[in-house]
Amino acid sequence: MDGIWNRMSETADILIRGGRVIDPANGVDKQADVLVADGQMVQIGSSISVPAQTVIDATDKLVVPGLIDLHVHFREPGDEEEETIASGSAAALAGGFTSVVCMPNTKPAIDEATRVEYIHRMGRQARKTFIYVMGSITQNRSGKELSEMGLMAQAGAVGFTDDGDGVQDTSVMLRALKYAKMLDTLLAQHAQDNSLAKNGVMNAGYNATTLGLPGIDPLAEELMLWRDIQLVRKTGTRYHAQHISTMGSVEIVRQAKAQGLPVTCEVTPHHLLLTDNAVVDYDTNFKVNPPLRTSKDIEALKEAIQEGIIDALATDHAPHLKSEKELEFLTAPFGIASLECALGLYVKALVEPGVIGWPELIAMMTHRPAGVVRITRGTIAEGDRADITIINPDIEYVIDADKFLSKSRNCPYNGWLAKSKVEHTILGGELRYSAQVNH
Amino acid sequence: MARRRTDKFRWHRKHLLGLRDLSRQEIEHILDTAHGFEQISTRSIKKAPALRGKVVVNMFFEDSTRTRNSFTLAANRLSADVIEFTKKSSSVSKGETLIDTARNLEAMGIDIVVIRHNAGGAAKLLSRTINACVVNAGDGFNEHPTQALLDAYTIRRVRGSLEGLKVGIVGDIAHSRVARSNVWALTKLGAEVVLIGPPTLMPGKVEQLPVRVSYSLDDVIEELDVINMLRIQFERLGGNPFPSVREYSHFFGLTVDRMKRAKENITVMHPGPINRGLEIESEVADGPNSVILQQVANGLAVRMAVLFLVHQAAIEEQRGKV
Repeated sequence: MDGIWNRMSETADILIRGGRVIDPANGVDKQADVLVADGQMVQIGSSISVPAQTVIDATDKLVVPGLIDLHVHFREPGDEEEETIASGSAAALAGGFTSVVCMPNTKPAIDEATRVEYIHRMGRQARKTFIYVMGSITQNRSGKELSEMGLMAQAGAVGFTDDGDGVQDTSVMLRALKYAKMLDTLLAQHAQDNSLAKNGVMNAGYNATTLGLPGIDPLAEELMLWRDIQLVRKTGTRYHAQHISTMGSVEIVRQAKAQGLPVTCEVTPHHLLLTDNAVVDYDTNFKVNPPLRTSKDIEALKEAIQEGIIDALATDHAPHLKSEKELEFLTAPFGIASLECALGLYVKALVEPGVIGWPELIAMMTHRPAGVVRITRGTIAEGDRADITIINPDIEYVIDADKFLSKSRNCPYNGWLAKSKVEHTILGGELRYSAQVNH
Repeated sequence: MARRRTDKFRWHRKHLLGLRDLSRQEIEHILDTAHGFEQISTRSIKKAPALRGKVVVNMFFEDSTRTRNSFTLAANRLSADVIEFTKKSSSVSKGETLIDTARNLEAMGIDIVVIRHNAGGAAKLLSRTINACVVNAGDGFNEHPTQALLDAYTIRRVRGSLEGLKVGIVGDIAHSRVARSNVWALTKLGAEVVLIGPPTLMPGKVEQLPVRVSYSLDDVIEELDVINMLRIQFERLGGNPFPSVREYSHFFGLTVDRMKRAKENITVMHPGPINRGLEIESEVADGPNSVILQQVANGLAVRMAVLFLVHQAAIEEQRGKV
């Protein structure tokens, strides 16, 4: 019962009272108080009576490790009008995320160590969420020459990806995997064979046909994923399949995992909630890559989540300007901004219909993604860094993109009713975000 | 002015974006209205005052001669002023966006925009953004409604009705807005549509369209009442969907030889411009079964009808608001 705090007799920083503490990594799901001081969780137990500067009544609330998103685009450097690390961090914090992994497809791309350091520095300055970064696999994400992965890894890059594009050339990908094995780092892939996907802008299928838009066949994703897994079989490198979207991809990952290969994968909210039927009005807020698929694919992804095959629930938060999304569907950029409503979306997709329960959901948003990129985050235990998210699971609210802290509004869920909301986010022991209480 | 127009029916659309969402009654109403306008072209003074004082903008982001001229002439015959706006659009959007261009034109006070664009959905995008009427003159490979309407009109003139007719559409279905609009129009009007071409020129999930599909013109040529030969659009084909022009013509060209096996009264159509000797042999294109030039003539009446109807709907909408 004795926490480390008891040995000191001062006022603690934060006391979270009476919440349902869910810490999947340690198999904890119980009502408890959490005491925070000096940036750490110093005591977890029942009826803690230590005085604290801030006391949060968490009765009927969930107290979970700060959420972790493996896949965000904060657009800095290069497209600061769409998002900055500061605005993206604020959005993350409001969404309950205390750690995010930034993708390297900025302008210029994050393909060398000083740029990794730049992202880290901007993250520290924003001080709103912990910023991790993946470097690009190839220089300028051009798919040709390897980036300085070793130096970037030393600078703290948690993995590498050419996200936005897959590494098309098989021999380059093999070389990258071999080299990454030496560094014991992670290669993540946006699996899509461009020779098949070409200039496609939506899922290939009946809707693409009737809308007269070029399609992206599910095979474009599955072929590259299958190829990569054969390469991983050869090299043994840790490999992460980003935002998988098809039934076939699920099957490929399932087999790879069954064979014991070091393969992980993530999904996004939109591939669980939306199908290509949503595109029928040429609304570019539904233009995303990989594209929205079909209800069969959604079912397969949910089944995989139930089986535990999906490691991480990410967002692929991809902000874009209104003026860009006002272009023709053919021309508008891909992407959905969803960081601030992601939790509600995942609850809608997975918890409400009973696909999984809260502990499984929290696991896929905390310690399991932490494991993918090997960061020591995503748990609630005495002595851990105090990144904590407090969720009201019963509150219903209307998603209002105009109130986003993100700079962008390209959110197809605007106006949707969501259940469960992030009420407080504690970052490194400081209460950094509290939701406006709506009555 | 128009025959067969029922008193009950009222046209209410201020945009014509495509035919997929139109009812049979709406399509027939356009065709009936076109019939009324057809005679204007035979008068010595070829003008009606329906759009006097109104401004029609031809916004063409793709090359077009016949459709643009047809719309211009149609607008002129209805006494409208016409602004010609042509601009090559690039797939990477540099410079002024479509929406900005349209807003600028609208600021000058325009009533109807006729748009052709290389992106599917461009007409719809425009209709969401501006108050003027929008008429789709072809958007990407989505729809080309006035072409299908004039095709339907032509078939109706020649054959009396479309009910029960078998209409073959041959060629690059995948990249054809004409084919898509034709599928919607003709099937709604009671015809059976057979899409004919190699699998590489068929769109995805084509079997879910309300049509039959055949990969062999020879297999179906004898059944057809109407055959519509699409132009091979080299500019739209990505890669080589067929090995050579020679091989394509061999299997899918409408040759004099094939015509011998067709029904004697088969109606031969082509949306133009023709690649003579490729999808259709000259002798067939210029032969007694061909209605290709009638299609062009009918296009004028159909476009007058469309401009007239959307404008009427806009006036009624305006009245409704006041």
